[in-house]
Amino acid sequence: MALTETPMQAERAQTIFEKSKPGRRAASLPEAGVPEKPLAELIPEKLLRAEPPRLPEVAEPEIVRHYNRLSRRNFDLDSGFYPLGSCTMKHNPRLNERVAALPGHARLHPAQDPRRAQGALELMWLLQESLSEICGLPHVSLQPSAGSHGELAGLLLTRAYHADRNEVRTKVLAPDTSHGTNPASVTMAGYEVVKVATNERGGVEMDDLQAKLAENEGDVACLMLTNPNTLGVFDENIAEIAALIHEAGGTLYYDGANLNAVMGHSRPGDMGFDIVHVNLHKSFSQPHGGGGPGAGPIAVSDRIEPFLPRPQVVRREDSNGHGPSYDLDFERPQSIGRLRGFQGNFGVFVRSYAYVLSLGADGLAEASETAVLNANYLKARLAQGRAGQHLPVAFDRHCMHEFVLSGKPMKRELGLATLDLAKRLLDFGFHPPTVYFPLLVDEALMVEPTETETKESLDAFAEAVDKILAEAETNPDLAKNAPYTTPVRRLDEVKATRQPVVRQLLA
Amino acid sequence: MLDAIGVASPAELFEQIPGPLRLGRPLALPAGMSEAEVYERLRGLAERNADAEAQVCFVGAGMYDHYVPAIVDAITSRSEFLTPYTPYQPEISQGGLQVMFEFQTAMSELTALPVSNAALYEGPSSVASAGYLAIGATKRRRFVVSRGLHPHSRETLQTYAVGFGAEVVEVGLEGGLTDAAELAQAVDGETAAIFLQNPNFLGAVEDVEALGAAAKEDGALLVVACDPMTLGVLKPPGECGADIALGEGQPLGNRLDFGGPSFGFFCATEEQIRRMPGRIAGETEDVDGRRGFVLALQTREQHIRREKATNNICTAQALNALGAMVHLAWLGREGFRELGELLVRRTAYARERLAAVNGVELLHTAPVAREFAVRLDAPVAEVLDRVAERGIAAGYPLARDYPEFEDGLLVAITERRTRAQIDELAEALEAAMAASRGSLQTPGDQQEPQVGGAT
Repeated sequence: MALTETPMQAERAQTIFEKSKPGRRAASLPEAGVPEKPLAELIPEKLLRAEPPRLPEVAEPEIVRHYNRLSRRNFDLDSGFYPLGSCTMKHNPRLNERVAALPGHARLHPAQDPRRAQGALELMWLLQESLSEICGLPHVSLQPSAGSHGELAGLLLTRAYHADRNEVRTKVLAPDTSHGTNPASVTMAGYEVVKVATNERGGVEMDDLQAKLAENEGDVACLMLTNPNTLGVFDENIAEIAALIHEAGGTLYYDGANLNAVMGHSRPGDMGFDIVHVNLHKSFSQPHGGGGPGAGPIAVSDRIEPFLPRPQVVRREDSNGHGPSYDLDFERPQSIGRLRGFQGNFGVFVRSYAYVLSLGADGLAEASETAVLNANYLKARLAQGRAGQHLPVAFDRHCMHEFVLSGKPMKRELGLATLDLAKRLLDFGFHPPTVYFPLLVDEALMVEPTETETKESLDAFAEAVDKILAEAETNPDLAKNAPYTTPVRRLDEVKATRQPVVRQLLA
Repeated sequence: MLDAIGVASPAELFEQIPGPLRLGRPLALPAGMSEAEVYERLRGLAERNADAEAQVCFVGAGMYDHYVPAIVDAITSRSEFLTPYTPYQPEISQGGLQVMFEFQTAMSELTALPVSNAALYEGPSSVASAGYLAIGATKRRRFVVSRGLHPHSRETLQTYAVGFGAEVVEVGLEGGLTDAAELAQAVDGETAAIFLQNPNFLGAVEDVEALGAAAKEDGALLVVACDPMTLGVLKPPGECGADIALGEGQPLGNRLDFGGPSFGFFCATEEQIRRMPGRIAGETEDVDGRRGFVLALQTREQHIRREKATNNICTAQALNALGAMVHLAWLGREGFRELGELLVRRTAYARERLAAVNGVELLHTAPVAREFAVRLDAPVAEVLDRVAERGIAAGYPLARDYPEFEDGLLVAITERRTRAQIDELAEALEAAMAASRGSLQTPGDQQEPQVGGAT
């Protein structure tokens, strides 16, 4: 297939450092207005820097052009469908950006006296209360900075809980379908992972769970689960699983990456979970920012509460008739301590609370309902025609908010790997689904459309997949060499790891 | 859509959830609100905060009221940067990946260390991540920490150390600076890492090179937390023997946001490249030989390595790192140095001006860059309240973190704090302390009639 080079491809990528010319600048700084003493009179010369860092020298118009140009080399959620499984790429309401930017939020110092930050603390308390209701667990800490940080917090809470009972436990169970952050967090928290198998319906294999509990009797600290799990299906045995774990003296941890499936329909606390993290950048509409910021608040049961990180935001009822006030509680003697500086990613809390207020009780339940409807519709569309033939669903049952396809037949019948399909989708203007995860499904494609997509965008995606498979029936090389229209084509990732060039060498 | 799925209603799809686990009632949350109502509700909350526009802010302690140039907001609010996920598909993520590469280059320049990642969550948890790296590098589990390290960093490291099975040993301060003799003594053959901060929490500029030289003899890694805004003037950690330089990135292009989101930067020697936490962008080529960027060294990361990963981090702070890169490009080589010099000179002026106030004395006389500590001879909380009435947040009280400095106050300077504001702070402190002293005296001893008015 002959394709002409796109304009972006014709232009060689240049860094801002390569655009630097001595003497150019953008910044205007105020005059010091104080005596201009030589620096060496104020700080001993040996502690001073000899040469300033070689930052680029560019004027403001060039900076704007440079980063605008770079922005056009990104695909983003506002430009098109982004069905990245497990990532919940839902629309980011712009109202949330506006309220987060209010000076009372954006320019509030984190060490401001709580008496002069009552609005911020009340907002945090209200978000805590909202998440508590949604998760069905009575206590919330907003401190963790992202999901994986929440996982680490949950495991350290588990450790503190057992230590308080004079128990030493060393194992954490996690299904073979779990997110990679789960086992990574387990190791950081000083535990050892024990894998639990998945059954033919995509849930926890009960026999294996019982076997692993028996093998590690008295040594299992926790079971980490997502529910719905990473295959997008709800584990019907969850109540029994919870009973088994609690009987064994462990805690049950809920990875909230998939909470978008069940808001207002089912609550992790009611399922028997002790600790839940919530990805505010998934279910609660914080923009993903190309890889953050996010926030990963945790909700916990009564028995875990004494160990929550400090400080905690608390509400104090006032006896003087002034109404309630809000404070930071540092006096938590059993706390695991801090997980980070100050109080957490407050700007994310503002956006997420605005989202909760906008949707309300009904709206949140409707969001989950539509997310599940959209996923099942797209699954049904992809079960027809060529997709149904070459890309069967890994577990054939109704899904929740996402589903997993297997590209194994496609690879066998058409010679197309899942990666090839993903890359060809780029030429059709779609972000591909998550690929090669979960590990248990061969040539996996994990699709999560979210509630903010229309039927038309789901149909268009299904049609694109069909077209790519049709092309491949006659010319599989087309997909194998895709993409063609993107700013760059397939990149040599092996080279970037074998001989890493991770910064520009400056003259 | 229901026909295509083959169900009569969406509710049928939720039947896979066992009945007793279905909520069966609406969430006990208010009904949804219109956009205008949500705006008003949140504006109402925001107005109950004394932000740095309502009060002149001399509070620092790790986060600073710098001026964020308008260009930062303009770039970071673009959909193309605001709304994508982590760049797992490099062909359509070259913008974000190149920003990471540029950011890494800039942070390497600032710290004088060759390897930077594309940012972690924020400062104190980056310190803990350095601890995890050090355990992997040295196979030892003992951390020696200066009391000059930010109290939040020390506490966070301690929290993580329980999971790491590591011991944390603290070394005290002498005259505002890390006690060199105590440090040398504390470090032994079992020490994985030494943690210093420069300038330290009390604002003092440490002699990192001298402190580190003695301590590194036993093979521990030297980890230096630093304030990026001082790196235009202070000797960079990479030239002082640091193996890892990291810190809170907020001063670069990020607003205060009541503590976050900001970002943590993390730089190291080449030797540690395969033990680094977090995303790293690398330069490569596409099949047609075009220059491009990808996530490099992914075999360190949780999505590939699972339980053997060098860190558990996934979503980090890419947008915040972009803000920093744009701010640094805007400042440029000369502007960045000038800003550093401006901070040092204004801080020197403020320190001298406050030290001249009756009842204020310096907590230490070590050199400072952008923050300094004083002691007040009146109750700090009371003085802060009185000064707040004049629309000034005078500083960060040290009592909670440093009981030994119960009378201590940490005062921070940015390019936004003018000479006139510094003079006003000095006058307000003078009046507040006089008032506090007056209010402690019996009515018969009252000398200053304006006392009552200030309360």
